[in-house]
Order: sequence, then C-alpha cells, then structure tokens
Amino acid sequence: MTKRFGFIAIIIVILIGSVVLVGHEQVPPIVIIASMIATTIAVATPLTLGALSGVFCERSGVVNIGIEGMMLAGAFFGWLASIYMNTIFGFSATPSILVGVLAALVGGGLFALLLAVLAITFKTDQIIAGTVINILAIGITGFLNRQLFFEKGSVFGGQVPHAPGVLPPLQLPITELFQRWCGANTGTCFTLGQSLNKIVDQKPIAISAIALVFISSYVLFNTRWGLRTRSVGEHPRAADTVGINVYFMRYANVIIGGLFAGLAGAYLTLESVPSFEPLMTNGRGFIALAAMIFGNWTPIGAWAAALLFGSAQALQINLQFFRELIPPNLAFLQQSYVVGLAPYILTMIVMTGVVGKTTPPAADGQPYVK
Amino acid sequence: MTDTPNVLQATGITKHFPGVLANDNVSFDLRKGEVHALLGENGAGKTTLMNILYGLYKPDAGDVKVNGQPMELNSTKDAISHGIGMVHQHFMLIPVFSVTENIMLGSETDHRARGAGPIPPLDRLERKTVAANVRELSHKYGLDVNPEAIVGDLPVGVQQRVEIVKALYRKASILILDEPTAVLTPQEAEDLTRIMHELTKQGVSIIFITHKLKEVLSIADRITVMRGGKVVGTTTPAETSEHQLAAMMVGREVILTVEKEAAKPREEILQVEDYVVHDRRGLEAVRSVSFNVREGEILGIAGVQGNGQTELVEALTGLLPAQSGRVLLSGKDLTNHTPRALTETGLAHIPEDRQRHGLVLSYTVVDNMVLCDYYHAPYSKRGVLQPQVLEANAVKLIEEFDVRTPSPYNPVGKLSGGNQQKVIVARELSRPVKLLIANQPTRGLDVGSIEYIHKEIIAMRDRGVAVLVISAELDEIMALSDRIAVMYRGQIVTTVDAGKVTREQLGLWMAGAQPETV
Repeated sequence: MTKRFGFIAIIIVILIGSVVLVGHEQVPPIVIIASMIATTIAVATPLTLGALSGVFCERSGVVNIGIEGMMLAGAFFGWLASIYMNTIFGFSATPSILVGVLAALVGGGLFALLLAVLAITFKTDQIIAGTVINILAIGITGFLNRQLFFEKGSVFGGQVPHAPGVLPPLQLPITELFQRWCGANTGTCFTLGQSLNKIVDQKPIAISAIALVFISSYVLFNTRWGLRTRSVGEHPRAADTVGINVYFMRYANVIIGGLFAGLAGAYLTLESVPSFEPLMTNGRGFIALAAMIFGNWTPIGAWAAALLFGSAQALQINLQFFRELIPPNLAFLQQSYVVGLAPYILTMIVMTGVVGKTTPPAADGQPYVK
Repeated sequence: MTDTPNVLQATGITKHFPGVLANDNVSFDLRKGEVHALLGENGAGKTTLMNILYGLYKPDAGDVKVNGQPMELNSTKDAISHGIGMVHQHFMLIPVFSVTENIMLGSETDHRARGAGPIPPLDRLERKTVAANVRELSHKYGLDVNPEAIVGDLPVGVQQRVEIVKALYRKASILILDEPTAVLTPQEAEDLTRIMHELTKQGVSIIFITHKLKEVLSIADRITVMRGGKVVGTTTPAETSEHQLAAMMVGREVILTVEKEAAKPREEILQVEDYVVHDRRGLEAVRSVSFNVREGEILGIAGVQGNGQTELVEALTGLLPAQSGRVLLSGKDLTNHTPRALTETGLAHIPEDRQRHGLVLSYTVVDNMVLCDYYHAPYSKRGVLQPQVLEANAVKLIEEFDVRTPSPYNPVGKLSGGNQQKVIVARELSRPVKLLIANQPTRGLDVGSIEYIHKEIIAMRDRGVAVLVISAELDEIMALSDRIAVMYRGQIVTTVDAGKVTREQLGLWMAGAQPETV
C-alpha cells in the first residue's frame, strides 16, 4: 500500500504543479494550489462515497458494479423529493434539501436492496445483477424525469421546476481569524489564510464523506460488525459454522453500500448543482469502483485513489481559467475535453496493475449456498 | 470403563438426502474423556452424522442428548452452546485473519462478564484480551499457537491446532475431529495424537472420524464402524484387528497387502538425466537427479513431503520447466515439452492434487473422461465434438472402472474423492500409454478404493507399462514398488530393490541418513 500512496501523491503533485506552471504569472501559486486542492476534495466526494459503497458490498462478498445506478437513483430521487417539498408542499429551501438527502439515501438503499435480493437470495450472477441495477436506474430516472417534468399535464405542467438550490458551504470563519491575526487585508499571511479557507470551506456532504472514510475504516477493522462483515466476504462457510448469519450480514452491508451510493447521488443534485440530467453520473460509479480496487478494498486506500481521480478532474476545471496562458505548442490542451479524458486515462493505467497487484476478498462475487 | 457417564447420546438418527439415505437409524454414544473413533468409507454417513450433531443438518428422525439433557439442534449455535466443537476436514479458518481474529469470530465478546446487557455491534474489538486468553488456553492443553500470526502463513498442522483452540475457546467439552490426519505429515499426525491424549486427560471427550485403520487402533478407546448409512458395530482396539475392521468397513474381505508377481522389466522407457528444477519461488527444488524406469516395473519414490517430489513430477509432466538436464521418453528427447506432446507420446499422469490438476470439477464425468484426447477422432470430427461417442466412452469407462455416479452427466465436483480419483484413473489408464506417473495416487481414499487403485496400477505394470509412483505413505511405496528411490532435499539419496530393504532403513534415509557406500 505504501507504494500505492506514494504513486498517488506523486501524480497529484504533478497535476497541481502543471496548473501552477501554466498560471503562476496571473495568480500566486499558493492560491492555485489551494484552488486545486479544494476542487479535488469537492469533486472526489461522489467517487469517495461510491468507493465506500463498493467496499462494504464487496467486503461482505457481493460484487457491486451497480454503484453507478444506485448513485443515479440517489441523485434523481433526492432532487425530486426536494422539489416536491419546496414547490408542492411549500417548505423553505433548507428543509426541502435535507428531505431530499434522505430521499437520496432511500433511493440508493432500495436499488441496493434489489441487488441484494438478486445476488444473495436468487444467486444471480452478480455482474449481471449489477448491470440490471445500472440499466434500471437509467430507465426509471430518465422516464420519470420526462413524465413528471416535461410531459403536458404532468404535475409541473411541462415546465422545468424551480429547484430549492444546493446545500451551503460550512462557512468557517477562517479568513476572519487570519485577518485579525495578521492585522492586515493583504500580504502573505492573509493570502495564506484565504487559501486555507478555500480548502477547508467545503459543503456538508463533502465533509461527511471524509468523516465516513475514517468511520468506515474503524468499523471494518476494529469492530465486531467489521470482523463479521469481512469473514462472510472471505469464507462464508467458516462464518456460518461459528453461528454468523451470512445472508443477514450480506444484506445489511449491501444496503449500507446503497446508502453510501445514494449520498453520492445527493452530492450531484443537492450539493454540486441544483439540477438533474439523465445519465448525469457520467461513469463516476465505475471510477469509484476502480478507486475501490486501487485502494485494495480499504476505505482509506479507496479515498486516496478517489482523490487521485478527483485531482485529474480538478485539473480540467482549473486549467479552464488559464486557457490563454497554455503555450502554443500545447494548444490541444486548450480543448477542455482533452484534459477531461485525464481521469479515465488514469483509471486505465491504474487498473493495468503497473502499481502492484491487489487482492479482493476471497469469496467476492460468490453466492453462498448453505 | 462402562460406568463412566455418557456425555453424548444419539439415538435412532435418520437423514434422507434426495436419492440417498445418508443415516439409517444410527445410534452413537460418547463417554467422558474417551476417544471414540467413527470409522467408515467415504459416503458411509460419518460426516452426515457429525454435521447433525453439530447442528448443520436437521435429522428426519431421532434424538440427541447431551449430558442426559435432550438437545434441540437447529443451528451450530445450539451445538456450540451445548459444548460441542467441531474441527472440519477442510478448516473453517479465514486465511487473511490473525489467529486471534479467527478464534474470536462469532464469539467476540465471550471473554466479558455476563449480564452486562446486549453489546452493540460497533463496540471495539478487544484483541489483546482475547489473545491473552488464547495464549493461556494453548498453554493449558499443550497447543503451541501464536495468537498474532496470520493463519494463511501457518503450516497445516498449526492451523489445525488453531481450530482446536477455537473450539476450546467456545468451552467445548465434546470435540469432533473430522478426518484430522488426512492433511497432516506423519510428524504432525504424531503431534496430534499427543494433543488428543492431553485433551482427554483434562476431561474433553473426542469423536474421531477417519478411514485410516492403523490410526484408529493406536489412538481410539472405542471404535464404531459405519457402512452405507448404518452402524455395523462397536468394538475396542483390543478386541479387533486391521483386517477385521477393514472387512467391517467394506462389507467383504479386503486384501490389505497387494498381491503381485515378480516384475519382468524390459527396456528403459523413461530416462532422466541430471535433472534440475526450480520451484515457483525460484528456489532449487530438484538438484541434479538421474534415474530410469523400465517397461514392466514400478519405481517408487519415497520421501517426506516437500523434498522436491512435487516439482520433479510437475517438470516430468510438463507443468513446470526444468532448468537443465534431459528427459527421454522411449528414446525421444522430451525435455520441457508441453503436456500435450508428452501425453501424445504415451504419458499418463495421476496428479497429486486431483481437484486442481486432475479434473475440471464443474464439468461432467463425460467431459472429464476425454480431457486428454477430446480434440481428435473419434471424439471430434473436423473440430466438432461428437456427443454420442463421448457418452458411449464415458458409459464404458464408468462400468469398467466402477465409478459410482448418478449419471454420466453429473458434475465431477459432486462425486466423492474416491470416485473422482477413479475418473482420473479411468481416463489415464484407458489410453494407450507407455509411462504412468502416479503422484500420491490414494491420498485421502478409503480402503476399498485404495485396494482397487493399487490393483489397477499393478495390472498396468503387468501389461508392460513403466510406472513411477510417488507417495508419502511408506506402506504404499513398500506395497507397490519393484525398486525404491529415496528423495531427500531435492536429491535421490539411493535406489534399492524393494525386496532388499526394511521400513526402518527407508525411514532413516528419508530423514537424511547417508547410505553407507559399498
């Protein structure tokens, strides 16, 4: 794992460094670095949560390639609930969004329940069950989106409804603290404060995702629940012989995984942008899966990998500000879609196993027959 | 002896499986502090009975009493709470977990005082406390285990001790050992015997399931023999003999010593010259070995496991490359050729690990019967398999080699070990072969199957095939071989005529003693 964390750190430093290299004439490097880190943490959120979803499912022995679908379901149902609360029931923005987050969890959880029924009870091939989840989520969210919002005579009369907005950042008074501390509104000290503020000033789901990484790690490796979860993913019969209910443990962990994926969906429509588009998860569920594998099925490893993929996405976002400064011989980098390929290319490189091999749980993907 | 109380009493146990009556009105009892051996061939119903006692299966009829109390057996939890512990033949341990984690799994908070109320599932694991308890337990019963070790890194014998400690940690006073010696080296088996004596001395009662006759006579206090789902009888080592037990198990007289005539060796079929093989980690496992096997003779290779026999056989059968040296088969140089080239030249191979290297477990018997020659006529025509021919071939071999399978289209993985081995033997010996390499041909098999396979191997020899037998069982080597080579640390220490050597002498050479040069 050390080798892997080293690899991740080096790539992130290279990516941040390249943006600094391009933009340092216009903006102080420290500001660029802060901006890159802040964007990385933010855009890594759905990847982190998606990867945690995978960790819980697969540690208990159920392969989850349906993260993408669960995420999409969370995004749609969260968004839908927040609009209903706001427009139809007349609640104000914040409670509407919070109900939306709950609905996202329920949406992700229900799709996970379906995966659990297919994979654990009916012992369907788990790759196919996951694919079913993905296709079903695309179909249902796309269909409902059109029926509810764009059909004549629908609840919202064919008009795109007004969304109640997104979750606000935490707004910690870091800039103010530094202002008082430095005694000035300019200078290195103040810029440092501003930069730190930019990094820390994340929104609630992004912050919870980081907290959940450490909570998950503790739960998996230091609690009874975690020991039993890992045992049913490694050798379910051994767990069964000491009186552990394999089916219950797998069901519970798959549903927990669904909640994580649902929260990742909530990030997309209730924290990042206040809108839903069909297919908006855009492969994040699969990148999250790659992060889980690269992180060797551990929460902290998966988070590090999610940050790696997040930083590639942050590169694209931050490079846009300095489009004109890109040297002419690298003009192709001005097209944002070229840089936008970075996370996917990085995923492929990482998955070839050049940075060492990983070991999945021994019974991952194998249905348990009592 | 008879006045010791019964700690366990099973009466009239009956269990049906689809198509099989696995237990038919079986009664069994266990006294405090005794080793009661349950002897029977594969499929006799021993394991079914034990799984019933351990709560894994529910019997169709019959009842079980523990310490005189009727026991409701709905799950393993019930069995554990009644003080029954089981060490399964295939260990129920999680290789990536530490010894402590394996032992505490499912009983994570047993070390705490009772009555503290329910413990939340997210409570922190107290690994250190449990590790201390494990250390104490293993000391008390003379079981040497390190609680911090990762189970997957431990040798099989130690893993078995972990299983025993795991049962004792759950306060087991009745221990079921399912075929405990099947996976052990002779030294480890001796260790186990010592441990079993220590356990019974401290009041633990042991049910010992096996099909090895010698062990039963040396370890057990009482012996119950099962056959075809029924109890044949109960006896003691003093009242019985190997022959009698074998006859009870199989239901007829069994010839334990193989009858064979003197070998009539002719020309050399296999010549191995200065053969060097590295194992998969790159260490030199076979160090410049030379020998030959002639038509119509059996060369046995004796040696404690792990002295290069596995690598030697894998290289000879094309599974592992040799670093240097030559192999000639009927005078043709076949060093480092593919398994198919070797097979086509006339090599038959009964591999050490039948499930990994001998069979495709998820394939049917029909398909497994033609794994070596499915691609040519009459099994294939222009690249298309001929189902009728395949079936006819399987039906013929099933009949001829007495493979017990519900249907030729049963997956091989569902057959018993003995029948799986017969499928391999049928496939390998029904082809026109010149050389047979049989590595541990009877490992884990019951008396009846062993007798059968030994007879087949000798029949092959008498038909003029050159046979190379590798076995860790000295009895097997002594029974089959015409000449015996002893392997030690990757080298052949000596080669002798089977008739001119004693067991004791072979044992010394296997342990590294140098043969005096004449």
